[in-house]
Amino acid sequence: MSGFGITVAFWILAALTLASAGGVMASRNLIHAVLFLIVAFLGVSGFFILLSADFLAMAQIIIYVGAISVLILFAIVLTPRAERDNSETSMVLPALLLGTTLAAVLLFVLYDANWNVTNVEPGLSAEVLGSALLSVWVLPFELASVLLTAALVGALMIVRRQEDEEGDSAS
Amino acid sequence: MSFYDTWSAVFIALIAGVILVGTALIGARLLGPFAREQGKSISYECGMLPTGKNWTQVHVRYYLFAIMFLIFDVETIFIFPWAVRFLDLPSHAFWYMVFFVLILSGALFYAWRKKVLEWR
Repeated sequence: MSGFGITVAFWILAALTLASAGGVMASRNLIHAVLFLIVAFLGVSGFFILLSADFLAMAQIIIYVGAISVLILFAIVLTPRAERDNSETSMVLPALLLGTTLAAVLLFVLYDANWNVTNVEPGLSAEVLGSALLSVWVLPFELASVLLTAALVGALMIVRRQEDEEGDSAS
Repeated sequence: MSFYDTWSAVFIALIAGVILVGTALIGARLLGPFAREQGKSISYECGMLPTGKNWTQVHVRYYLFAIMFLIFDVETIFIFPWAVRFLDLPSHAFWYMVFFVLILSGALFYAWRKKVLEWR
């Protein structure tokens, strides 16, 4: 997969993703940080499209841009005193250690990976996935539905119990 | 099928979306009247001046809507490969998906019966 348009798109996406990832770190307002994070997620989904990974691009947009950012936004909105700007914390040293370790691991993976280029024209992964999901893997597919239902019911139970306690104390 | 054949529709939709939202924003900016005083941004324009920051903690009840959105968002991920492949799949694949959605409708029905969807 090469060509002038692809190369230009790659560099634009790289600049967009890195700039918005930097914006997440630099912005003092948490809501702005989440908005930057959404742009970074969209940039990553653009990379997936450039790699012809259509299902991954779709999943990236639906799960990360849709679900994860909504979850983070709600976490911020529900947190008391989240309007405070980010300030100095005592966790600088552990965070630095963790960040360095993660960077080392990622650099090792980058260095160690096999970067052979294949000439096989990639097909649409969503089509293959759809066929497999509804023939061989139909039972796990239906079980996923049961799992989602169980997750929703469990979450509702937890939140509602807390709400009932609040209601009792208020009345 | 080349890269551009596969994705040109997506690019056209992307450009159309940008134009749609962009013209709406620019049109609102050009046509609408704007007041730029300091008093415009306070919570109550006619009343006592508020103190502190304009941040109130939102009730945890809103989180339920987020969770429900999350569940049906993940459901979309399962529907997408089925929809892409729909014409080539055998007819019973349709009923597999109906069964899948029915189970999740059970979750929605449970939430409805528990009065989660009602505003209190």
